[in-house]
Amino acid sequence: MSATPFERIPEIQSPNPQLEHKLEQMWKSKPGIRRWLTTVDHKEIGVMYLVTAFGFLVLGGIEALFMRLQLAGPNGHLLTAQQYNEIFSMHGNTMIFWYAFPILSGFGNYLWPLLLGSRDMAFPRLNAFSYWLFLASGLFLYSSWLVGAPPNDGWFNYTPLASRQFNPGPNIDFYTLSLVFFGLSLTAGGVNFLVTTLRTRCPGMSVNRFPVLIWGTLSANAAGLFAVPVVSVACIMLWLDRNFGAHFFNASNGGQPLLWQHLFWMFAHPWVYMIVLPAMGIVSDLLPTFCRRPLVGYTAVVLSTILTMMIGFGVWLHHMFATGLPSLGMAFFAATSILITLPSGVQLFCWLATIYTGRPVFTTAFHFLAGYMFVFVIGGVSGFMSGAAPVDWQLTDTYWVVAHIHYVLIGWNLFAVMAGMYYWFPKMTGRMLNEKLGKWNFWTMFIGFNVAFFTMHITGLAGMPRRVYTYPAGIGWHIPNLISTVGAFVLTVGILLFFINVFYSKRYGVRAGRNPWDAHSLEWATTSPPPPYNFPVIPSVASRHPLWEKRLKEGDGESVLERGAVLDHHHETFGVTAMDGEPEVILKMPSESYMPLLTTCALSVLFAGLVSRSWWCAGAGALLTVILSVVWLWPLAEAGQREVPADVL
Amino acid sequence: MGPLNYTVAFGTKGYPVVHLLWALIILSLIVVAAITVLTLAGILRRLRERRDATDAHLRSDAINLVPLERGGRGLSLVYIGTGISAALLLATAIWTFFTLDAVSIRPQQPAPPMTIDIIAHQWWWEVRYESSSPAQQFVTANEIHIPTGVRVYFKLHSDDVIHSFWVPQLTGKTDVIPGYENVTWLEADRPGTYRGQCGEYCGLQHAHMAFAVVAQEPAQFAAWKAQQLQPAAPPDSALAAQGQQDFQVHCGICHRVRGTTADGILGPDLTHLMSRASIGADTLPNTPGDLSGWIADPQHIKPGNLMPAVALSGSQLTDIRSYLETLE
Repeated sequence: MSATPFERIPEIQSPNPQLEHKLEQMWKSKPGIRRWLTTVDHKEIGVMYLVTAFGFLVLGGIEALFMRLQLAGPNGHLLTAQQYNEIFSMHGNTMIFWYAFPILSGFGNYLWPLLLGSRDMAFPRLNAFSYWLFLASGLFLYSSWLVGAPPNDGWFNYTPLASRQFNPGPNIDFYTLSLVFFGLSLTAGGVNFLVTTLRTRCPGMSVNRFPVLIWGTLSANAAGLFAVPVVSVACIMLWLDRNFGAHFFNASNGGQPLLWQHLFWMFAHPWVYMIVLPAMGIVSDLLPTFCRRPLVGYTAVVLSTILTMMIGFGVWLHHMFATGLPSLGMAFFAATSILITLPSGVQLFCWLATIYTGRPVFTTAFHFLAGYMFVFVIGGVSGFMSGAAPVDWQLTDTYWVVAHIHYVLIGWNLFAVMAGMYYWFPKMTGRMLNEKLGKWNFWTMFIGFNVAFFTMHITGLAGMPRRVYTYPAGIGWHIPNLISTVGAFVLTVGILLFFINVFYSKRYGVRAGRNPWDAHSLEWATTSPPPPYNFPVIPSVASRHPLWEKRLKEGDGESVLERGAVLDHHHETFGVTAMDGEPEVILKMPSESYMPLLTTCALSVLFAGLVSRSWWCAGAGALLTVILSVVWLWPLAEAGQREVPADVL
Repeated sequence: MGPLNYTVAFGTKGYPVVHLLWALIILSLIVVAAITVLTLAGILRRLRERRDATDAHLRSDAINLVPLERGGRGLSLVYIGTGISAALLLATAIWTFFTLDAVSIRPQQPAPPMTIDIIAHQWWWEVRYESSSPAQQFVTANEIHIPTGVRVYFKLHSDDVIHSFWVPQLTGKTDVIPGYENVTWLEADRPGTYRGQCGEYCGLQHAHMAFAVVAQEPAQFAAWKAQQLQPAAPPDSALAAQGQQDFQVHCGICHRVRGTTADGILGPDLTHLMSRASIGADTLPNTPGDLSGWIADPQHIKPGNLMPAVALSGSQLTDIRSYLETLE
């Protein structure tokens, strides 16, 4: 991105075929396979994120079904202890890291410029880079199956179990390095979301008019910039322990095993909020459309979102209540862990009030939103209970916690993702998802999910520890486990119905038109699917609901969607002031490039070298990465700073 | 619901925690019910409007026909809900502080009545009864006997990775961390056998790392202790005597039987093996058949555990088992 001071005053026009043709030629991706390898279009990258994240959901889901089959009865023999431990570890890593956050980044990437009224993310090539890193790090993680050594110490990978002494294979090196690798993707993506929000929007898009999804994703990505380095450093320390005999976590040489837990949870608790706040933003943005009224308490919801993210950095010790902490420390973290429920409660009450004082329209998306209320409150109360430290000494590491994290991950995340898919699929493809199949999709998922995971609370109270590959008969665990297995398969059918619906509707779905839901935000002002340049002329907004404001009689002045600035000299968009969204500059953006993919390939060579301890290979990868970065960052003529003001008005 | 069900608990440490647990469960169920009812009320309200309204738009379920309207009363629900939640959360926090205080560990004056040193291993529990007098010290494994009505203190050490000491019906988890001494306590107010289980994932056989706490009336406990303090009785038959010799050759490098030359410390102390109800950290009941099966092929029963399958002839297996059966 480079900036030209506002030397040129753009023309104000209405869209016309000539302009649209010119923009189409300028913005469209390369044809054929090259399109996917070089694209910097945020919509294509967003779809790639969504598809890849759903791919990881399927992989993690298959792993889950193996576990459920193993645990369906006592003394199960489907899997050996070794296989079970690998599968539960990979299931956790896959779902928590490679599904739950990237799926939300998919929505974020697809929607941000559309919601904010701009042409692309602030750093289009960096955006592609963060996608390729996400894919490559996930493939890197899964390549561990090929050498028969997948991570096997769970998603939180406690030392010293994860040290070379107790885990001699490369399993844990795959874990540490893939997280560092993935961290690069998160950092690149996070910076991009931050700058995009603060800088590239349409005129009038002041911060108090942001859709809540923007606030959720912004909070999550800002938090990621603080949280991710912690786990990257922890992983590098563990990697040094394992490969070069450092003693960070090694008690017999004066290291501290608990240090890993502190570092990990300092990252991982904020992470839990990072994977739900954007999803909660989806709920806050969809409910108004389906309840035919603005969100109740927008300001309260936004402040709660930010507050939750901030307090989220001060509760990590509740994962460690059993480690023998001083009572005073426990009391402090018990208090924060109980009180963090409050801002989430505020959001829940705002949603309820929106439903209660609105006129719900019972679409599939609304079914998922209403179901969300139920699973949200269950995940909320089960979390708040583990804030009570003495009770947590019982709950922790039992199936109670397994139930809780699945209410958070599936309930708080996947149910919102489903609602989002039913809502935005028409925007992405131009066709509606089938509503009848959608209702089946909802009910099988909702029933299957609750049967599988509500039961796990009971299993937990009956004292079943998590991460056991089998259990004896006669201690009260058989029946609830069997019920959970049945529920898991019903849930699977529900998710399959969703995929069937996607494939069916993509071909045969009803055509959507611009705004099939009569929704309120800017993405519905353009065609479905949107053209590569999003908006032929840059709109300007004067209210929180630019498509509703006339009917609601709100706003300072009027949003103008059908007339606006023509930015057609290059890939251009407006740079605006951070708070008020006043245009300051015309920003030029780079076009398609192989560099993000090539640089990712170079980094993959580096990480392959590190994990196989082929230092020459790692060195070659590092050198290649540096060279490619230089090539990438070489100033581009097309994005040059200055131009002759040819058409000064 | 089974022996590890922690919705029931006993003793001065168990009661305050289980009361808080039940209070939170009931509060949670009420909250879930309330939110569900409120959601359904909103939906029902709309269904009734759709049925009763005369205006075609209000009757419609086509989204672009239903009128947009900014209803004004919503925020009061938010204020009420948030106010009630804040009060309940504050009360929970305060109750938590009091419970924490009631069960926390304090320095004992003059000395704690009874201290047991637990050393967790992959995947079994070493139990060392401490005493200022060496004649009163002894070691056992996987089965902890305690007298009822006495606060028993535990020092927790790990020989390898992190484990967690957990007896659901007597005390919540306390992690057992290498290089670090953790302490906890429990008290049983009635006799019984309470099942314990490792509560932190500790590797391949985490699933088979259970133990038992046997609470006995003080007199019975004293008798048990007196018996544990004895060295092993000499073998009472020729078969057992042969078994003792084979045991010393094949097993004594890892296992100890006090009073003999079998002096290993890598595996559980077997001096009074027959006084224990189970073997393999509560993996199998302690019957002659299971014992033979375990010695013949421990890797089949508990794959990856650190006891190797020792090559024994059929007759060696028989006399070792006969010898072990004398270790009352």
